[in-house]
Amino acid sequence: MTHTTSSISHTRIIVAGLGGIALLLAAGIVMPKWLNFLLTLAAANGLVSLGIVLLMRSGVVSFGQGMVFALGGYAAALAYGKLGVSDGLLLTLIGGLAALLFSLPFAYLIARYRGIFFAMLSLSLSMVLYGILVKSEVLGGSDGFNMGRITVAGMRPTDAWSGYTNYALTIAVSGIIAIAAKVYFDSTRGLLALAARDNEIRVEYLGSSVRELIATNYLLAAFVGGMGGALAVMALGHIEPNFSYWTTSGEFVFVAILAGHHSVLAAFVASAVLEIVRSFSSLYFPNTWQLALGLFLLAVIRFLPRGIGSLWEARRKQGAPS
Amino acid sequence: MNLALTILIDGLTYASWLFIVALGLTLVFGVLKILNVAHGSFYALGAYAAASLVGWFASMQFAPEWSLLAMLLAAVIVAAIVAPLCERGLLRFFYGRDEVLLVLVTYALFLILEDVTKLIWGVNPFYVSEPYALFGSVDIGTQTYVGYDFLLVAVAVVVGFIVWWGLNRTQIGKIVLAVIHSEEIAASMGVNVSRIYTLAFGAGIFLAALGGALTAPMISVQPGVSVGVIILSFAVVIIGGLGSIPGAAIGALIVGIARSAAVHMMPTAELFSIYLVMAVVLMFRPEGLFQRAQARKI
Repeated sequence: MTHTTSSISHTRIIVAGLGGIALLLAAGIVMPKWLNFLLTLAAANGLVSLGIVLLMRSGVVSFGQGMVFALGGYAAALAYGKLGVSDGLLLTLIGGLAALLFSLPFAYLIARYRGIFFAMLSLSLSMVLYGILVKSEVLGGSDGFNMGRITVAGMRPTDAWSGYTNYALTIAVSGIIAIAAKVYFDSTRGLLALAARDNEIRVEYLGSSVRELIATNYLLAAFVGGMGGALAVMALGHIEPNFSYWTTSGEFVFVAILAGHHSVLAAFVASAVLEIVRSFSSLYFPNTWQLALGLFLLAVIRFLPRGIGSLWEARRKQGAPS
Repeated sequence: MNLALTILIDGLTYASWLFIVALGLTLVFGVLKILNVAHGSFYALGAYAAASLVGWFASMQFAPEWSLLAMLLAAVIVAAIVAPLCERGLLRFFYGRDEVLLVLVTYALFLILEDVTKLIWGVNPFYVSEPYALFGSVDIGTQTYVGYDFLLVAVAVVVGFIVWWGLNRTQIGKIVLAVIHSEEIAASMGVNVSRIYTLAFGAGIFLAALGGALTAPMISVQPGVSVGVIILSFAVVIIGGLGSIPGAAIGALIVGIARSAAVHMMPTAELFSIYLVMAVVLMFRPEGLFQRAQARKI
C-alpha cells in the first residue's frame, strides 16, 4: 500500500517536473535575451546550491562548494579546448564526473566533521584549489581562459540561437536533476538525512551509518555542483580561478540558506532571486549592490529562518489531510 | 644563510600583523562563539581610517612621529563606533542560533561593510608613507631591511602580552574567562554577560582595526583588501586552535614563515602553501595544534 502511494507520488513529481521543464523551454523562446541569460546562470548556480541543500539536510554546511563549481567548469572548458569535445551534454557530464572524482578521496574524511569544522575544511580545500589555479600558467593563471560555443546533438547553433541553446540545456539538465533530487529527498535514504540532522546518535543506534550518509551526499553534491560549473562556464564563455574563491562559495551558501532545506524547487527559486537582486542592484545601485545583498540576506535569516521553501511547504502541509 | 635570514624576517613581519588580526578573531570566537567573516572588513576599516588620519595629521603639519598615534587613534575610533553598532545593533538578535547560520550573518555584514567602506572612502587607493619613512632601514649582514618591520614585531609581542595579561591577571579578564567557560553559570553569579559580549567584540574589532592600521603603510589601501585577510586569519586560528592565544601566535608564525619561504623559494606556491597547511591541520588536528579534542556529549 505504502509502496503504491509512493509510486503514485513519484509519478506525480516526474510528470509535474517534466511539465515544468517543457513550460520553461517554451517560455525561453519568447523571453528577452537578458532574462534567458539570467535564468541560465540561476539554474546552473542553483545546482551547486542544491548540493549544499542536500548536505544541509544531513546537518552540515559546506563553505567550499566553489571547489566543485570550479572543477566542473575547468574540466568542461579543458575538454572543449584540449580534447575537442563540443557537445554540451557531454561537457556537462564531464564537469560533474571530474568534480565527483576529485572529491572522492576527501568524502570519507570530511564526513567525520560537523558544524564549523566541516565548513572550514571544505573552505580550505576550495582555497587550496584556488591557490593552485591562480598560479597555474597552463590554465591561464588569475585571468583564466575562454571557451567557445557548444554544440547540441552535433549541431552548432547560430548567433541568434546560441543563448537559447545554453538556456535550454541548462534548464533541461537542472530540471532532470531537480526531479531526481526530489525523489531522493522523499526516499528512505533521503529522509534518513533529516533524522541524522535531528539526532545522529539515534540514527547510528538504529543501524545506519551517518558518516556514510554524509559522504554519499557530499559526493552527490560534488557531482551536481560540477555540472553546475560546466553549465555556467558554457553560458559565460570564460573560466577563472574566482570560481573556487571563498566569496563564490559564500554566495552558494547564501542561496541555500535563502532556500531552506525542505524544498528542491526553492534552491532554484532562491538562485533566481539572488541573480535578480544582483542584476537590478548593480543596475540601479552600482556602488551599493553588495550592501543590498547583505541587507536582503539578513532580512531572510531574521524573518524567514527556514528559507523561502518553508512558505509553500508549510502551506502544502496545512492543506494535506490529517 | 642570507636567504634563511630573509625568509625568517619576512615571515616574522608577516606573522606579526597577522597575529594581531587573528587574535581579535580568536577572542570574538572564544567569547561570543561567532566565527566572524566580517573580521577582514574591520581590518580594512582600520587601514582606511589610519590612512585618512595620518594624512590629516600630515596636513596639519604635525611631526611624522605623530603618525604612530594617528594609527592607534584610528583603531580606537573604528572599535568605538563600529563594534557597538554591529554587536548591539545586529549580532545580539542572532545569539543562540546555529553557529553556521551566525557565520552567514557575519557574511552579510561583510557584504554590507564592503560597500560602506567604498561609500566613505571611494575606490581610489590610499598610501601612507610617513610611518614607514620614520624608521629608516636596518643593515643585517649584507642585507638591508625596513626598520618599520621590526616595529611591527615588537608591537605584536606587546599586544600579545597585554591581551594575555588582561585575560589572566585582571578582574575583568577573569570574568571574560568565566563567560568563555560557561555563560550560564557566569550569569547566575551576577555577571552581565551582554556587557562582556560587547566588550569582547569591541576588543576583537580594535585588534582587527589595529592590524589594518599597522599594515596601511605597507600596502595600497583600496577596495578588496579585506577578502584575503579573512581567510588568512581563519587559517591562523584554525592551525592554532579556535580561542587560543598561544595557538594564534604559533599559527601566525607557521603561516608567515610558510608564505615567506614560498615567496622566496617557490613563488607559484605562495597562496597554495598557506591553505594547504590549513587543510592538513584540519585533517589531522581539527581542534587545532593547541586545543585538546573535546569528548562528544550525548
